Amino acid sequence: MPAERRIAVLLLASTLAALGLAGVYIAGGQPQAEGALLGVALAGIGFALILWARGLSSEGAVVAERGPLGGTVEDEEAVEERVEEVTEEPGRRSVLRLFWAAGGALALSAVFPIRSLGPAPGNALLRTAWRPGSRLMDTDGRLVRVDTLQVGGTLTAFPQGAEKAGDSSVILIRLEEGQLQPRPGRESWSPRGYVAYSKICPHVGCPVGLYQADTHELLCPCHQSTFDVLDGARPNFGPATRSLPQLPLAVDPQGFLIAQDDFDEPVGPGFWNRD
Amino acid sequence: MGKRLFRWVDERLGTSHFARKAFDKIFPDHWSFMVGEIAMYCLVILIVTGVYLTFFFVPASGEVIYHGSYKALQGARMSAAYASSLDLSFEVRAGLVMRQMHHWAALVFLAAIVVHLCRVFFTGAFRRPREVNWIIGVTLLVMSMMNGFFGYSLLDDLLSGTGVRVGYSIALSIPVAGEWLAFLFFGGEFPNTEFITRFFVLHVLLLPALIVGLLGAHLAILWRQKHTQFKGRGRTEDNIEGSRLWPSYAAKSVGLFFIVTAVIAALGGLAQINPVWLYGPYDPAQASAATAGSQPDWYVGWLDGALRVMPGWEIRAFGHTIANPFFPGAVLPGLTFGVLYLWPFLERRFTKDRDPHNLLDRPRDAPVRTALGAATLSFYTILFIAGGNDVLSSVFRVAPESITNLFRVLIFVVPVLVFLVTRSACRSLARDHVHPFGGTVGSRVRRTPAGGYEAVDDDDPPPAEATRADLVAEAYRRPAPPAP
Ligand code: HEM
Ligand code: FES
Repeated sequence: MPAERRIAVLLLASTLAALGLAGVYIAGGQPQAEGALLGVALAGIGFALILWARGLSSEGAVVAERGPLGGTVEDEEAVEERVEEVTEEPGRRSVLRLFWAAGGALALSAVFPIRSLGPAPGNALLRTAWRPGSRLMDTDGRLVRVDTLQVGGTLTAFPQGAEKAGDSSVILIRLEEGQLQPRPGRESWSPRGYVAYSKICPHVGCPVGLYQADTHELLCPCHQSTFDVLDGARPNFGPATRSLPQLPLAVDPQGFLIAQDDFDEPVGPGFWNRD
Repeated sequence: MGKRLFRWVDERLGTSHFARKAFDKIFPDHWSFMVGEIAMYCLVILIVTGVYLTFFFVPASGEVIYHGSYKALQGARMSAAYASSLDLSFEVRAGLVMRQMHHWAALVFLAAIVVHLCRVFFTGAFRRPREVNWIIGVTLLVMSMMNGFFGYSLLDDLLSGTGVRVGYSIALSIPVAGEWLAFLFFGGEFPNTEFITRFFVLHVLLLPALIVGLLGAHLAILWRQKHTQFKGRGRTEDNIEGSRLWPSYAAKSVGLFFIVTAVIAALGGLAQINPVWLYGPYDPAQASAATAGSQPDWYVGWLDGALRVMPGWEIRAFGHTIANPFFPGAVLPGLTFGVLYLWPFLERRFTKDRDPHNLLDRPRDAPVRTALGAATLSFYTILFIAGGNDVLSSVFRVAPESITNLFRVLIFVVPVLVFLVTRSACRSLARDHVHPFGGTVGSRVRRTPAGGYEAVDDDDPPPAEATRADLVAEAYRRPAPPAP
């Protein structure tokens, strides 16, 4: 087919596709058809242009001189001279220095509004919303009772009244009583086999949600750190460097699970002021 | 009419003088010069589709209850941002195609930038006088990656929220200033209600403005310095061979724009990307089935892989911690882009080559540079693959631990092997004058003055700078011998 004919066919196809596209939109729209028709409409013009470009000029490769990039030495010297006329004169140099100082001070003061962009870290990273006596609440808003979980069961819990506190989620697991080897000082933290660990991975903060009951391991889905639930959630493998912080639990007289206190260490990823 | 308008403008601005010169500007014909153009055209698509999305997207974290037409999320609580991206996908006519075109254009944009950078690197186009454009180019790469990350984060779905949390944690891990940096940049402890609005301003205003401005400078410098060109007969450091801007190059390039846009449109309509409705709204306490096995956009995959292969080490001393993610998350990219920025100057220090270069190297002409580049690419490719260690582990039914340990070895071994193999391949290619993909072309022949042909034995190699293409071209160009 001669080039003109091919170009004409392409442009015709493009026109039809464009009209079809408008039609599809008017008829209510359909993503696949929209994409395909837009593609055809554009490709028709694109290929037609490229075919057309071939016939536009028969001259083949053209060679041109580059010419010099840099200016002449006279140009350079002339510019330097004009600048130095102003800057190098003794009286003016001290004025110039004052201009620099004023500009620097202005720039410095312009940095301060950046401070408004966020609160001071303070102890936000050190504390969570858990308080002595906070009841545990699951994601459906039900309070957790001492008989809520079977042995081997897990759920995600928040402190009652602070369900939105992103740093306070815990994964609650019920083990066989006596299975857990509590760390020194944590003997009373796991009543009736209940143990609660922070759900925020100490690596970069993904929720550590996958509990493998046969190996008693918690797995973080983001970078595959694993934690040994029976041994204080010590990291077994992966980039996590610390154990998951453990929430001290107790059972209140009405049979609800409560926190004895906040975590005794910061939850989540490490930072400079963490020891 | 067009003529009268042109005259009218010219009388006021003198455009004809410029246009006359510009029309004759020469552009090289080699295909590898097209890649940068593809990147530029993707940026155009990103801006056009992005402006459209901005009319509908609500950059707010306030909670709403979903009542749209997507059944599975009816009545769910979610941020206004996430709800508006669901509306863009289901309620706004043509909205889903725009959204998906925007996302595909971002993926192709970054791929084109990376390939363009490789072209410039492996041919030595960054050498004097083009160091400034190299620096601008690396900056464009960094900014585009960041903008892609911010755009991806706006939607506030379960996957993107996890990504933002990773970014926050990396910022937090920076020694001394990390806590302040993270709180100021993200607007407080994560998760919070500030970052969507903030990322939105960065994504649709600040970074696009910087990117467009820098691209303008990149092109202006290119215009002034003119393109490089491959070596060849008749090509010197002082000339340039190719097509004139008007008409052939302009028509071809506009054609390329239409074709790139056509591909993005077809992808946007036919190939699903980032189906956020399947992921659900972000919930910091939840890792859905989608989080496991999900991958970030390809251009951040190497960082994800680095986070995964890094062993569980960190530095603790004097009551302070330099946390683990600092090394893969901040030191590695710092080194990556630091070395990229400095490369023209590092190479100059080693080769002592301070001359301006308008003629390009073929990759084999600089075996050490090419081998270093290939080794570096293999390093990042392995990190990228390591970012899928959970997928690999479930496909091959191997424990994720074994896969990760394997990558911890490969990451050091493969680049060294790639370096050695590439260097020796370059050296033997340069010695034998063989095109890597063309293979040997049999024996060379020469036309005799009598009009016959004779074989040339290979003790008589062609001039060092000639390629096979040149030899062919030469055969066409040489004037026919006078008839006997
Ligand atoms: C360097 C250029 C850019 C890159 C790499 C980029 C990348 C992205 C990506 C990956 C997304 C997520 C898309 C999705 O899956 O829905 C996104 C979303 C978005 N982008 Fe961009 N973008 C760029 C420029 C722009 C510009 C110039 C604008 C507007 C003027 C814009 C406006 C938006 C909006 C409003 C969204 C969220 C809407 C939604 O998808 O629901 N982008 N961007
Ligand atoms: S966030 Fe848990 S392993 Fe990375």
